[in-house]
Amino acid sequence: MNSKSKCKPSIAVFKFASCDGCQLTLLDAEDELLGIAGAVDIAYFPEATRAMAKGPYDIGLVEGSITTYHDAQRIQEVRRQCKTLITIGACATAGGIQALRNWKDVDEFIRVVYATPQFISTLKLSTPIAEHVPVDFELRGCPINKYQLIELITATLAGRKPNVPSYSVCIECKRKANVCIAVARGVPCLGPVTQAGCGALCPSYDRGCYGCYGPMETPNTASLTSQFRILGQTESQVARAFRGFNAWAWQFRKASEECERT
Amino acid sequence: MTRRGARTIRVDTLARVEGEGSLYIKLVGERVADVKLKIYEPPRFFEAFLRGRHFSEAPDITSRICGICPIAYQMSAAHAIERALGIRIDPAVRLLRRLFYCGEWIESHTLHVYMLHAPDFLGYQDAIAMARDHRAVVEKALRLKKIGNRIVQLLGGREIHPISAAVGGFYKTPTKQQLHGLVDDLEWALEASLETVRWTAGLQFPNFEHDYEFVALRHPDEYPFNEGRLVSNRGLDIDAAEFEDHFVELHVKHSNALHSVVRGRGSYLVGPLARFNLNFDKLPEAARKAALDAGLQPPVKNIFRSIVVRAVELVFACAEALRAIHEYQPPAAPGVEAPNRIGVGQAITEAPRGILYHRYALDENGLIVTAKIVPPTSQNQKRIEDDLREYAAQLVAWPIEEATWKCEQAVRSYDPCISCATHFLKLVVEREGVKD
Repeated sequence: MNSKSKCKPSIAVFKFASCDGCQLTLLDAEDELLGIAGAVDIAYFPEATRAMAKGPYDIGLVEGSITTYHDAQRIQEVRRQCKTLITIGACATAGGIQALRNWKDVDEFIRVVYATPQFISTLKLSTPIAEHVPVDFELRGCPINKYQLIELITATLAGRKPNVPSYSVCIECKRKANVCIAVARGVPCLGPVTQAGCGALCPSYDRGCYGCYGPMETPNTASLTSQFRILGQTESQVARAFRGFNAWAWQFRKASEECERT
Repeated sequence: MTRRGARTIRVDTLARVEGEGSLYIKLVGERVADVKLKIYEPPRFFEAFLRGRHFSEAPDITSRICGICPIAYQMSAAHAIERALGIRIDPAVRLLRRLFYCGEWIESHTLHVYMLHAPDFLGYQDAIAMARDHRAVVEKALRLKKIGNRIVQLLGGREIHPISAAVGGFYKTPTKQQLHGLVDDLEWALEASLETVRWTAGLQFPNFEHDYEFVALRHPDEYPFNEGRLVSNRGLDIDAAEFEDHFVELHVKHSNALHSVVRGRGSYLVGPLARFNLNFDKLPEAARKAALDAGLQPPVKNIFRSIVVRAVELVFACAEALRAIHEYQPPAAPGVEAPNRIGVGQAITEAPRGILYHRYALDENGLIVTAKIVPPTSQNQKRIEDDLREYAAQLVAWPIEEATWKCEQAVRSYDPCISCATHFLKLVVEREGVKD
C-alpha cells in the first residue's frame, strides 16, 4: 500500500475508541479492495499495513470516539493532516455504545472498581469527533455499510456530493415490500426515527430496528415514544431503546432523557 | 553486533493487528532486560454499562466489543444467559450456530492467514503489496474470505455485527434451500483451504518452540465451538462455571488490558494451536490428513506455525459447514421462549483467537446485575510477552530493523485482537445476594 505514485490521492485510516468493525469494512469489500488499492494510495492504515507514510493525506477516515485526553489531542493533529476528514460509524459520529458512560460518574466508578485506579486514564464523556474538530462528512452506521463507504470515497475523489440518503429505515422496508412488524405484530421498532443505510435488516429478520444508523433527518421521537407506550413498553424500556449505539446523538439522547424524567 | 550498550526494539504502532498496541523490548548485551506489549487502546467499560440492560440486549451489545469476531461475543453471551435462565435450545438451532461460527472462522482465519500474517513470511508490508507479485493468491484469499462472510450474511443479515442471534436461538432461521445455495461455494472453499494448508506449510518458520500450557474447549464428539469442558495439557478439566476459580487477572501498569494467568502456574496459550493440539482426534479426516501431510504432528509447539494450523482449521470449518448444511432441517420455531428469571450463567466458546468467557447474573426482571467477559487476547497477552522474552534473546545479534520485524511477526502469530482485550478493563463489583 506504499505506492509512491504522486498522482493518486492518498487515504489514511485512523482509529479511536471503537471495535475496528468500520475500518474492517474496507477489507470486507472483497470484490472492490484491489480496485480501490489501484485507484488510491492507502498511505496509513495500520490494521492492514506496516508501511506508514507521513501526512498530509487527501482523505482521512476516522473510526472511533474520543474518550481519553491523549485522543482529544491526537484528533487535532489528524485534522491538520487531512484535507478531507470523514468520520465513519456510530462511535465517530455519535460517541458509540461507550457513550453510555456519559450518564454515569466515571471517576467514582474507577475509584470503586480498580485495584490501581491511577493506571487508568479516561475522560468522563465519550464524544463524537465533530465535537472536537470540523468534519467534512459523517458516515453513519454500527457498522457502516460498505457500499455507502465506497460511494463516499468515490464521490469525494470526484468532488461531488455523495448519495447517502438521510430518510428513515421505513422507506427501505417499504421498498423491500416488508410487512410492517410494528403495525402487523406490535413489535417495538426504531425504524421510523432511524436513518436508512442497513437495508432494513432487522425488520427483514423479524425483529424491530434497534437504531444502528442513528437519528434520521427529522425524527419524531415523541410520537414514536407514545407509540411504544401503546405497545405496552415501560418508560425504562423506551429509554433503553434510544440508549443504544447512537445514545449520545442529541435527538436520541433527548428522547431517552425525557423517558427517564417521566 | 555490539555486546556493549542497551538497545531497544520499539514498535510504536503495531500493524496488521486489530486495535491499538505497541511493543517495547529492551536488550542489554545478550540479555533481554524488559518486554512490554503495551495496549493503549482506550477502555470502553462494557461490563459497566451492561448492568441494568435486559439480557436480550447482551448479544447485540457485546458484539460491539469486536468487529472481527462479533459472532463469538453473540455466542458466548447467548449461551451464558441461556444457562442462567435454564433453557435448552433446539438441536437445529445448535447446528445453525455451529454453521454461523464456521462463517466467522472462515472470514477471520482467512483475513489473518493471508492479509495479516502471510506478508511477514514473504517480506511484504501488506497484502496489497503482496498482490502485485502474488495476485492469484490474494484473489483466492479474498474469495475464500467472502464465502465465510456469505455464511454470516445469510444467517445474520450482515458480516459485521450480524443481527439475527438471540437468546434462545435466532430471530429468523434460513430455509434449507437458502443454505443449499452455499454448497458450491463451500466445496470450492474446501479445496482452497486444502491448498492454503499446503501453501502455508511451505513458508519458512523460525526455529522457536516452547512447552506451552494449551487451554481449549473439548467436546466428546466434535471439534469445539460452543460446548465442551475446558481442558489443558497440564491436567485442567473444568466446567465453564469453574473458570474464575482457576484463572486470575492481574492489572499491570503498561496495559489497558488485564493479564490472565492460570492460578499457581502462570501464562497459558489459547487459540488455534491449543485447539488443534487438544482436539486433533476430533478433526474431520480431510483436516487431519492435510495437517499430517503438512508436517503438523500434535503437539505443535512453534507459535509461528499457527498460520498452518489456522489453515487446517479452515479445512475443518468448510467441511463442518457443508455437514451442517446437509444435515439441517429447519426448527419448528427460530428460538425458544426466554422468560425472565433470577440466575447466574457462564459460557465459554471458541472465538477464532481462542476461548471467550462470559458470565452474567440476572435479576427477576431479566436485567443484568453483573457481567464479566474474558476475551482470548487478554488471556494470551502474558504469553506473548513471555514468548518475546525468549525469542528476542535469539535475535540479539540481528540488525535492529530485522529483529523488530521478527518480533512483530511473533506477536502477529497470536492474531491478537486488542479491541477485544481492552473492553474489559472494568472489574465487576459483586453485589450481595447474587451468588455465583
